[in-house]
Amino acid sequence: MNLDALLDCVAASSCLATQISAGLIIGMLLFLVACGLTLIFGVLGVINFTHGSFYMMGAYIALTTFQTTGSYALAVLASTLGVALFGVIFERFFMARVYGADVLMQLLVCYAFILILDDMAKIVWGADFRAMGMPEAFVLPPLRVAGGFLPPFYLFLAAVTVAIAITLGVVIAKTRFGKIVRAAAANRQMVGVLGINTALLYAAVFALGSALAGIAGALAAPVRSVVPGMGFSILIESFIVTVIGGMGSIAGAFVASILVGITRSFGSIGFPLFTDGTMFVFMALVLLIKPTGLFGRRPG
Amino acid sequence: MVARGQSKAPIKIGMPTILSGRVAQIGISSRNAAQMAVDDFNAAGGLDGRMIELVVRDSKGKPDEAARVVRELINSDACTIILDAEASSASFAVQEVVRETGHLCIHTVSETSSLSADSKIRTANAFRAARQGIHDSSFAGKYAAEIAKAQGLKRWMICSPDYAYGRDTSGEFLEYLKIFEPSVELAGETWPKLFAADYTENITKILQVKPQALYTCLYGGDLVTFIDQGNLYDLFAQANVFAVNMADYTTLREIKKLPKGIHSANRYLTTFPATKANAEWGERYRKKYDVLPINWSWENAVGMQFLTEAMKKTGSDDGKVLAQALRGMVIESPFGADGKITMRAEDQTIVGYAIGWGTTIPTQPYVTDMQAADWGFIVEREAEWKKRKGYA
Repeated sequence: MNLDALLDCVAASSCLATQISAGLIIGMLLFLVACGLTLIFGVLGVINFTHGSFYMMGAYIALTTFQTTGSYALAVLASTLGVALFGVIFERFFMARVYGADVLMQLLVCYAFILILDDMAKIVWGADFRAMGMPEAFVLPPLRVAGGFLPPFYLFLAAVTVAIAITLGVVIAKTRFGKIVRAAAANRQMVGVLGINTALLYAAVFALGSALAGIAGALAAPVRSVVPGMGFSILIESFIVTVIGGMGSIAGAFVASILVGITRSFGSIGFPLFTDGTMFVFMALVLLIKPTGLFGRRPG
Repeated sequence: MVARGQSKAPIKIGMPTILSGRVAQIGISSRNAAQMAVDDFNAAGGLDGRMIELVVRDSKGKPDEAARVVRELINSDACTIILDAEASSASFAVQEVVRETGHLCIHTVSETSSLSADSKIRTANAFRAARQGIHDSSFAGKYAAEIAKAQGLKRWMICSPDYAYGRDTSGEFLEYLKIFEPSVELAGETWPKLFAADYTENITKILQVKPQALYTCLYGGDLVTFIDQGNLYDLFAQANVFAVNMADYTTLREIKKLPKGIHSANRYLTTFPATKANAEWGERYRKKYDVLPINWSWENAVGMQFLTEAMKKTGSDDGKVLAQALRGMVIESPFGADGKITMRAEDQTIVGYAIGWGTTIPTQPYVTDMQAADWGFIVEREAEWKKRKGYA
């Protein structure tokens, strides 16, 4: 524990600016993965444990597209659409068969796909780690903000994430599709009784959630090693975000992602040997105060 | 019609290693190099017509699984020799199995010094054909101290993986750095988890501490991610970086914007030692596997070469006979500091392999200005260290 360093950091504008920006960056990617997870849970009531593997797929598709075409925009687009398409296939042919089944059966299907997708990645791209490299447009020196450092790519990443969060919020709050999604989250059976094609709805929600994981993978690829199994660690952190924010709440996922990012960022200064632990302590505190998470509601 | 040599029973050598997960490159590069050496031996007629058969099994790097795999190799696959290409934690498990079974074993990956230095852990039938942490650290400390002295680098920081290897290696480096340049101070430390995906919090902490020099023993994909993310913050223009594991081709080639001037030890370079034999071996490996060799490749090539040389010398594949021949054996090797590597009899570990530090450049040969270690110096430091640890 190094509380002196933490206090020094909070008192210095450059440290404060760097750590807050670092926290936001850590949080943004987490949000993209966690909001797909929470969206699927909110509507379908299933926890998609394969979600981390979708993130991995997004990173690999981006890597290949970027190396083939040299276009990062195309890489992001290919990852988004590719993973969305895979999400629909996965939902229709596999998950749809276990919606009513025991949660252990759902877990088994998801776990099988985690192993299959990891092995597929090994067969197609090899077992070694791969690096995509930074797209030329972002090979720039970091910006200086209040004496702190802010890399341009992270600014782009944050802007894309905020744009997605706002778009998602508007779609959920203002559109017919959003109303149906909210209705399904509240009462799935009733939505079906009202004549809504629930199979189509579930596939659409799964596609949307998967697309978000795909985008996250594509945004992570320039700055993270792309390797089979890379989805596992982000899945754990995304679960923490989902639990803190409240299962099924996109707004909760957004706030929780930022809070987790900030906690980790300042935790590395004040508690260098317990940085991961700070995240779990924070989760425990939130659950003690509000067992349903920050934005979660009690079922029924 | 079956040739006479082919009808003879093969000499089965079992290789437990890591072929899946984040560090599968350990197993792949180890298997490749060992198989290349086996192919050479077999092509030359084997041991009086008896061919070597390499039986490779994946332990996933888990100690309990490695122990199980070794027992399976011995009991089910009838392997008489074990070439242990496991990382340190699993190597200790393998050591205990072979101590019990008495099979000849050569560790080819574990760099943890105590495996062979500590007489309580060492066993008469196990050898090490891999670099050793204490050898690397003592020279690294001397090399870094000279630069620290010349450039006035007083404030140091450590950013290494948070597990035994990271902590031990960083600690030994710092110990020797302080011995050779007592004025340095540790201004900060940050310990990312092994296989961490994001180093932002570690990098921003380094930026806050503002060290003059940074030591890291991150490796593989973790080091690539750290460098890529550090580039975003212009980290390498703000501190002198000493990355012991940088100079390995998988790492050097995956970093898209390799910063100039990072100090690194040689893990494996076809240009160090700068000999024809080393360059030729590297090229032969590249042609065979369409990839350049890395650190674990040369270590396994050496391990297998010691075995085959011992077989040729004794005309036997009996473990006890081979072990006797291995003690003190000297082989001609492309990876030797002076063209030779010795299996030191007293602790059954190799000495005389090439160790050097240089600085990175963004294009091939990636690392230049290599300074070769003096083995007289290393052996002296090692003897002092053994005394301090109570191993001597």
